[in-house]
Amino acid sequence: MNNTTVWSDPRSGSQIDFDSFKHLAQTAERGKFDFFFLAEGLRLREMKGRIHDLDVVGRPESLTVLSALSAVTTHLGLAATVNSTFNEPYEVARRLATLDHLSGGRAAWNVVTSWDAFTGENFRRGGYLAEADRYTRAREFLQTARELWDSWASDALPRADGRFVRPGGIGFFEHTGQHFDIRGRFDVPRPPQGNPVIIQAGDSEEGREFAASSSDVIFSRHSKLEEGRTFYRDVKSRLAKYGRTADDLKILPAVTYVLGDTQEEAEERAAEIRRAQVGPQTAILFLEAIWGRDLSGYDPDGPLPDIEPDLSTDVSKGRAQFRRDRAETAAKWRALAEEKNLSIRELVIETAAPQTFVGTALSVAEEIDHFVQTDAADGFIFVPHLTPGGLDDLVDKVVPLLQEKGVFRADYTGPTLRHHLGLKELS
Amino acid sequence: MSLHLAVALDGAGWHPAAWRAEGARPDRLFTAGYWADLVIEAERGLLDWVTFEDSLSLQSSRYDAPDDRLDQVRGRLDAVLLAAAVAPLTSKIGVIPTTSVTHTEPFHVAIGIASLDYASKGRAGWRPRVSGRPDEAAHFGRRELPDVEALFREASDVVEVVRRLWDSWEDDAEIRDATTGRFIDRDRLHYIDFQGEFFSVKGPSITPRPPQGQPLITALGHSTAPYEFAARNADVLYVTPKDRDDARRIVEEVRELNPGLKVFADLVVFLGDHKARLDELDGAPLESDAHVFEGTPAELADLLLDWGLEGYRLRPGVLPNDLTAITRGLVPELQARGAFRTAYETPDLRGRLGLGRPASRYARVS
Repeated sequence: MNNTTVWSDPRSGSQIDFDSFKHLAQTAERGKFDFFFLAEGLRLREMKGRIHDLDVVGRPESLTVLSALSAVTTHLGLAATVNSTFNEPYEVARRLATLDHLSGGRAAWNVVTSWDAFTGENFRRGGYLAEADRYTRAREFLQTARELWDSWASDALPRADGRFVRPGGIGFFEHTGQHFDIRGRFDVPRPPQGNPVIIQAGDSEEGREFAASSSDVIFSRHSKLEEGRTFYRDVKSRLAKYGRTADDLKILPAVTYVLGDTQEEAEERAAEIRRAQVGPQTAILFLEAIWGRDLSGYDPDGPLPDIEPDLSTDVSKGRAQFRRDRAETAAKWRALAEEKNLSIRELVIETAAPQTFVGTALSVAEEIDHFVQTDAADGFIFVPHLTPGGLDDLVDKVVPLLQEKGVFRADYTGPTLRHHLGLKELS
Repeated sequence: MSLHLAVALDGAGWHPAAWRAEGARPDRLFTAGYWADLVIEAERGLLDWVTFEDSLSLQSSRYDAPDDRLDQVRGRLDAVLLAAAVAPLTSKIGVIPTTSVTHTEPFHVAIGIASLDYASKGRAGWRPRVSGRPDEAAHFGRRELPDVEALFREASDVVEVVRRLWDSWEDDAEIRDATTGRFIDRDRLHYIDFQGEFFSVKGPSITPRPPQGQPLITALGHSTAPYEFAARNADVLYVTPKDRDDARRIVEEVRELNPGLKVFADLVVFLGDHKARLDELDGAPLESDAHVFEGTPAELADLLLDWGLEGYRLRPGVLPNDLTAITRGLVPELQARGAFRTAYETPDLRGRLGLGRPASRYARVS
């Protein structure tokens, strides 16, 4: 569920009821997917100082709903996005270890690092991090969590002959660093997977190094074939210096899909979805986020404003800033609009809602396979545009074709997420 | 009169040697199946709710620090997640996890319990717990622990923030209005703007108002300070009287603070004669903050009716056996005396206590 979720479609159901999550997760499991992934948002987005009201909003706490989903699935991995800025290692480590126990080894943690004071206003820690400290804190946070998970031996609990605990002690830890100074005993036994699977979305130079050194999965934004390959080569080449091999880090771009009985029908549907994702009001808001100005007087079906962006203000809050350089983006948009003679809304549709796989089930299956065979990805994280039915088509029509080709599992062959992903078991 | 009965689940049971008792399943303590079996059994007995204990430090026989005992259960799972994992496997029984309010973020607690209310379709509650142990504080290392009075003031602030966050989305905030393109009516979302002695929280929540509006808040208290905390913040207070007269005295004291507060007595129960052997295994008689009952289901029924409270939270000495003795022995005994339900009356937890669904404090009166 995010800003590309289409809510105006009559098939769009609740974004918050447990049954929606259950349907999505059980569909993913029916399709033998590796894992179900939940994002995080700790403050509602704002535009021009007011809560953004055009997109689907309102989500549960990830780990709580994933724990509930562990009861209604048996093999599917369960991945939670948990922030390393507005949490403490002891609590996060015990909650992830708990999910791993409850699910029998299916937990994953997408480690994110937000740093803005805007989100910080919801937390007692309050303060935010200088951008330069984001990765040092995230690194130390993850390192500390690993120390906590590793503080219990896998055979710490004999539970026989009058001894629940083996002599030699359990859970002792001591960590003194720049961000954390903690000591004592961890209170959750070692998780079934040893450590839950670690996911990161790092894209900057620092983020890529962080992922190469300590992540099992990269959740990437590079969903186009060529840039996917470039990213894939770059990240995989960084692994050797950490004593890791290409198999130790899986690269999974976030992608979308639209199916039709014919290519034309799929393209038509895709265009319809983009129009639903970018309504007239949304188009103006997108433009305002770049322009830094109130553009509510402009016609979304008319041309771009003549005035230049105001770079001194930031009207959009609570959303990852992908477009760092607004001046550059504005210039690019203007050129594109002129070249193709696009209205404001057409321009935003063209730039803001890219779709990855559009075609028949067969052509999409072939394209998916082509990405993997040519090293643009090890797999994908599908972002459905509908809740809760957004994976139905994919599982019913595309997955069987991939299974027939022999490039996707016909059934799960092990109990843990680490196993599904082909990652080394931790001793 | 019809009693309310809750059961407190913790580890292998409330006796430190419970894991060595007949029928105990120490090898399954950290699996979802162990807890699911217990909660399904409790629901079979039509119990009001189950609670899940939690803390942010290893169990210990000492009050103030870890110990080195090898012969007792050590290690536990996060209670909110445990409650969430059993919620979809049940449909009527309430699920009430404990969380620390001293070291946790009120925002995370609020969305966690709200999410549990969604996962259980209106059966979630919460027990806020003050952590005064230095070893717990050392696991977070952020600050020196304040004194006890300050810890309770802080706990009150946490509950206030959590309650405001639950109300911060009005029930009809989601409008899905195709004409204007608006998914929500932002005038029905509210900043909570809490500023207190210890922290401030802006809001609104990221989670829409939970199904019950305000999930049930319960608290455990042994003395005046926690009674006052509960009187101000909770819907239910668990107390620990030693006998009938003590129970009367405590209920009277609490009623003076808040006449509407529901008061339950906690009892550790051994339905049989297995306690002595466990005491022997553990090397000492069981010590507990609550009265320890040993006897038959009929004798326990006598005690519950004699003490005269509106509800009890029973802590089974050994799991699953003392739980099964409650659901299959005590419950039929009480039913036969017309003192316990024979079917669940309401699907939601608040309704079971006769508490309605409150309007959001931010809702405009129209």
